[in-house]
Amino acid sequence: MYKSEAASWFRIYEMFQFQSFHMYGIIGSALILGVIGVQLIKSNKLKSFFGEPIKIEPKEKGVWKYLNGGIVFGLGWALAGACPGPIYTLIGAGYVSILVVLAGALLGTFIYGLLQKKLPH
Amino acid sequence: MEFIFEPWPWYVAGPLIALIMFLLIFLGKKFGMSSNLETICTLCGAGKKADYFDINWKKQRWNLVVLIGAVIGGFIGAHLLSNGNAVAINPDTISILKDLGFQSAGESYLPEELFGLNAITDIKSLSILLIGGVLLGFGARYAAGCTSGHAISGLSNLQLPSLIAVIGFFIGGLFMVHVLFPLIF
Repeated sequence: MYKSEAASWFRIYEMFQFQSFHMYGIIGSALILGVIGVQLIKSNKLKSFFGEPIKIEPKEKGVWKYLNGGIVFGLGWALAGACPGPIYTLIGAGYVSILVVLAGALLGTFIYGLLQKKLPH
Repeated sequence: MEFIFEPWPWYVAGPLIALIMFLLIFLGKKFGMSSNLETICTLCGAGKKADYFDINWKKQRWNLVVLIGAVIGGFIGAHLLSNGNAVAINPDTISILKDLGFQSAGESYLPEELFGLNAITDIKSLSILLIGGVLLGFGARYAAGCTSGHAISGLSNLQLPSLIAVIGFFIGGLFMVHVLFPLIF
């Protein structure tokens, strides 16, 4: 994440301005390989390293939770310029202030847990 | 070997991410970087405040291992494998950012104006970072996943819910950048 600059606030901003292919290239190439790989695993019924058959769980059905949650997440992603993975990467890289974002993320998670039953899913 | 020290191109990073996803799948897990937030909340005792966190966190321990890996990776990437951290984004993006007040665009990895040491003591940039964090934490749990869980794992499995989530991410991100940023900065 760090070396590809996916953890850089500037790259996320650039992505939402559609001014570079870079971020789309990263997500897109991961995705293309992902689709091919998952289809291979399913059609060949591959097993894990531990000998268990691999089960890739489908996501729970729904619309609102994905749309509403997605929009809120997107707002935060653009504002903070990072999603959870890069937050940890940036901590390792030594950018101490990202800890504020992490604190916010934990707080946000907690608030969600408290409100969950009252939200449309 | 020099190329390792330069920023890595998308066609290296993307495939590497796919590799991690498959490694996790073959270990019987899945690729998702936001359930660890839930695990941490549970570890801190949130289970007593809300049923949502009343889960067996020991089963989710691997989340924390992946997280630690990400931290180590960032450390290695920044300190051992880099020779300078400036991110060369599109010059047009740089000028838009400079108009908004981000003088460090094009010269650093993260905007100094938000993440630098003097920024932390400034109440406005501190709130921006905190609110950004709250939004992404809340949103990731509501949507049951972030970019790794939905845009990469979910879409790889051709899941419609993940597509809806990714559309949501973009609606939010674009609204923030195009409508709210000029008001905030």
